[in-house]
Amino acid sequence: MSFLSDTAIARLCEAAAWPGFESGFTVTGVAGRGGSATVYVARDEALHREVAIKVVDVPDRDGRAAARLAREALILARLDHPGIVPVHAQGVLPDGRAYYVMKLVRGRPLDRAAAELQALPDRLALFARILDTVAFAHAQGIVHRDLKPANILVGGWGDVYVMDWGAAQADTVAEHERVVAGTPGFMAPEQERGEMVDERADIFALGTILKGLAGADAPPAVLAVADKASAAEPAARYARIADVADELNRFRDGLPPSAYREPAAERLLRLYRRYELPVLLVLAYVLMRAGLLLWIGY
Amino acid sequence: MAFPPTRLSVVARTRSDDEETRRVAFAALVEAYWKPIYKYLRLQWHLDPDQAADATQDFFVSALEKDLIARYDPARARFRTYLRLCVDGYQSNQVKAGRRLKRGGGASLVSLDFTTAEGELRQREPSVPADVDELFYREWVRALFDRAVGELRERAESRGRRAMFEVFERYDLADPAAGRPSYAEIAGSLGLTPATVTNHLAAMRREFRALVLDHLREVTGSEEEWEAEARRLLGGGW
Ligand SMILES: Nc1ncnc2c1ncn2[C@@H]1O[C@H](COP(=O)(O)OP(=O)(O)OP(=O)(O)O)[C@@H](O)[C@H]1O
Repeated sequence: MSFLSDTAIARLCEAAAWPGFESGFTVTGVAGRGGSATVYVARDEALHREVAIKVVDVPDRDGRAAARLAREALILARLDHPGIVPVHAQGVLPDGRAYYVMKLVRGRPLDRAAAELQALPDRLALFARILDTVAFAHAQGIVHRDLKPANILVGGWGDVYVMDWGAAQADTVAEHERVVAGTPGFMAPEQERGEMVDERADIFALGTILKGLAGADAPPAVLAVADKASAAEPAARYARIADVADELNRFRDGLPPSAYREPAAERLLRLYRRYELPVLLVLAYVLMRAGLLLWIGY
Repeated sequence: MAFPPTRLSVVARTRSDDEETRRVAFAALVEAYWKPIYKYLRLQWHLDPDQAADATQDFFVSALEKDLIARYDPARARFRTYLRLCVDGYQSNQVKAGRRLKRGGGASLVSLDFTTAEGELRQREPSVPADVDELFYREWVRALFDRAVGELRERAESRGRRAMFEVFERYDLADPAAGRPSYAEIAGSLGLTPATVTNHLAAMRREFRALVLDHLREVTGSEEEWEAEARRLLGGGW
């Protein structure tokens, strides 16, 4: 027996983990790894397309990992939206590992994709698509609970996918099936304390994401929206995602978001930008009146 | 698909009431751990080959005498770490006592092929992990995989499926530096169809996986530890 080098062992680890389907799919690569599962790239032999397959790494004795995966697939199946990957199938490998098949997303995580978008309006347009996706889930009674840039994939066409619904809380899911999850830095304080959360926990995470996306030199009006969304107290945040979207739309249209108290000079400047001609007319009028007064007084 | 029998944790078995069960379990433990311990004594304690061989055997004898395995507490450390710390304790006592070992103290336990182990040490990559736990871990995994590959070969041969193992050997076991043959190349050289190569490889990988997970049970101290080690090995952590 020849000696197993470290690289030989690495290859054997991969060989032992490589999912072998009896038929239907040929696994061709690894798309990414999670805490207890790996996402593989595979060819769907019947439909001649590439798919992503999430496979539990090791079946545990009480089946927690498989149950969590199945639950995630069910939630994905319920969320039929262009920003959420569709599930095609789910099953168990001959060696006992649970898996589900989904659309393969060819994209990059949000932080890397955003680095290439220079203009603020482009970044805000991207953020609006994230808002729309999460708002859709909220309307179905599902809170994501682990929103962060690494869980958001941006495709080549600017398409946006909110991934990793494994930690989601669904109002139809029994209490004991709820998973404790979240990522420090993006997790709302009430979630960190292990309390029951609602949509506002996601709004907190979205506020944090917006702050990162807008950048340090973002306009104060945008930062005010981000700050309000990620307020420590849930009651101080926006109650619904639609409110966040409205605020950003106001900003885009040159109106002040309600979360932002505008200094007078900035207000004049904004009004000037928005209503260039009318503002000039008003100014001209004011000046004319002033001149008239002076003249009369003289 | 012939799956290997499910093994019990060696720790559980060394605590059995049945003397024979205990004896077999201890032999399995020695088999799984002697190489990592020998290499650990060579690399970490800088013993020369003869000293390390003697110390390895003597360590197992003293482990039996002191009932070290039964005293393992899963709540405090992984079994692998516990055993390594026991080796450290053993060896620092030896050094303190200035003791020189008599040769072959525990040679009758299992016949240990120190010459091979020494040869492997000379072949090892120049990078020795800085962290002692990592060093021991790597040797431990190497021993585990060595045994799983050996058993896979034996099982294939005993079933008259030598060709199946050969596919695995050429695709997954061949020296990674030499590059990987394609399925078609393997099919050509073994006189098989590419579809058969695909099926053989999948079957061998599945059996190899089962063997690794099974042997892993033997060398871990609890179900939780088994799960954590399995996840690290098969979840891209090696
Ligand atoms: N449909 C997909 N297409 C392409 N890549 C994907 C897809 N799904 C997941 N990935 C990649 O795989 C990685 C891991 O997937 P995922 O986020 O679902 O795992 P995880 O939830 O972190 O795992 P766990 O649930 O065990 O913690 C992701 O970071 C992502 O890059």
